[in-house]
Amino acid sequence: MIAKKGDWVRIHSILMEAGNRATGVPADTSNVPYELWDKGFLISDKAEIGEEVEIETITGRKIKGTLLETNPSYGHDFGEFIPEIILIDKQLKAIMGGLAQ
Amino acid sequence: MNNNYLKLMKRKNEIMKKSVGIDYSLFESGSIAFDYEAMMEKVGYSLDEIRKIQEETGVGNTPMYELRNLTKLARSLAPTGKGAKIFLKDEASNPSGSFKARRAATAVYHAKKLGFTGVIAATSGNYGAAVASQAAMRGMNCIIVQECYDSEGKGQPEIIEKARKCEALGAEVVQLSVGPELFYTFLKLLEETGYFNASLYTPFGIAGVETLGYELSQQMIDHTGKNPDAVVITNAGGGNLTGTARGLIKAGADKTEIIAASVNLKGLHMASDRDFNKKSFTTGHTGFGIPFTTVPDRSDVPRSAARPLRYMDRYVTVNQGEVFYMTEALAQLEGLERGPAGNVSLAASFVIAQNMGENQTIVVQETEYTGAGKHIQPQLTFARNNGIEISLGNPIDEVPGKTIILPAHPSIIKVLDLDLDKLRLSLIKNSLKEINNENYKNLTDKDIKFLADETKSSIKTVKNFIKDIAL
Repeated sequence: MIAKKGDWVRIHSILMEAGNRATGVPADTSNVPYELWDKGFLISDKAEIGEEVEIETITGRKIKGTLLETNPSYGHDFGEFIPEIILIDKQLKAIMGGLAQ
Repeated sequence: MNNNYLKLMKRKNEIMKKSVGIDYSLFESGSIAFDYEAMMEKVGYSLDEIRKIQEETGVGNTPMYELRNLTKLARSLAPTGKGAKIFLKDEASNPSGSFKARRAATAVYHAKKLGFTGVIAATSGNYGAAVASQAAMRGMNCIIVQECYDSEGKGQPEIIEKARKCEALGAEVVQLSVGPELFYTFLKLLEETGYFNASLYTPFGIAGVETLGYELSQQMIDHTGKNPDAVVITNAGGGNLTGTARGLIKAGADKTEIIAASVNLKGLHMASDRDFNKKSFTTGHTGFGIPFTTVPDRSDVPRSAARPLRYMDRYVTVNQGEVFYMTEALAQLEGLERGPAGNVSLAASFVIAQNMGENQTIVVQETEYTGAGKHIQPQLTFARNNGIEISLGNPIDEVPGKTIILPAHPSIIKVLDLDLDKLRLSLIKNSLKEINNENYKNLTDKDIKFLADETKSSIKTVKNFIKDIAL
């Protein structure tokens, strides 16, 4: 997929390599890189996913990173059905029904 | 370690001074003590000024609900004659969906007044949306810096939702992987942009919450003819508790018991990549609550205006399963669907009310907005997908990071009291560490008085604590 100049894109960059993190960071965190994600308008004429690009963010900052995706969207939702919750609802209604009488 | 990192961290104080416009040295004594009240007075705004500032952007004056059905349920579980009336201040009604709008309102107003063109805040919480919302209203640029993903690129649905909301309100969201280096990125952005540091912990931010306490007192007097007997406040960084308590005192509610409540996340390390997605609460938990209570100055400004141990009468914890349960109960029984993180104080209040008299009142001091990601179903789904075992049972058996136990019956919801004296002792120890004073003989009367104020204790108690530490 090719992104064009002016497309709204998401980029990623590594700010600190694994093993080169700040002192006092727990070992599991120290063993992974320190990473950044941001969004903006593509400045270069065109680019492939995975290419190093420059973008202009919504506040007008120019930053560089690896192109991840164009027209990024949100994937979060209301999750899956949690069966325990409907049992809570049923029990609460039963208790309150008993109190009303 | 990275050379640029160390160089930038060395310029920390200089960057801070420029980006918050406060010379904190004016309030320092050179020893442990610093003049907290002078800082709040000289740098902050008066209650009347803040009410005006917040009115301009529609912040505050949120409704107070009497939770009649939850009160009825609590009384059915309480000993005869027990069961305080439970009230709830619906802070979700603020423009950005939480009480944080109050903090952001004063910070952004102040930034604009000082001539800044933009604001930056480091937060994965509701404060981001609050700053973004206020910045939009006042025509300023806004950058929110979020700790968001673990090393597999997985993020809590709640944090993703907050990023979405910030962007919806016009902000740039800089997302980071887990780690305290967030502070480095934050400093770098402040230096690069010259924007205002809309820290949660400045005097104007905390003073912004005073209106919450003040309104709460007035509303309770309107509803019941008297101030509440207890107010329960979700505690993380301490600003919510500090501001609300100060507002209550200013309203004359100096007999009201101030109870802090946090979700118990014992055993989970806050800077750990592995633990990051093992928790189901990203704020309002003990991982922030306890360190910020005992070392208030660990925040992103040299002297934090949030000093919760000055105001706290009691500190309880509840488990994740209990908060999820009460979130569901609030929706089912009171018709109020709100976000889980804001319901920590609700879960605690439900239990505490059962040990208070029927003629007494207790106030749940906040709620927060809910929506995709920031809701009991997606948060429990995320936990389940991360290997957390979810079941109905006794929440006392819950192990943070391993299980979430939803109470099998409302009667088994309990609070656990933290030992306030231990926290006080810990604060004093931490303060002494700061000055590297091994025999503690050079402490001034001012230092002792300061430590007494910091811990809501007498001079005598502080002296005894210090004696104990010296031993």
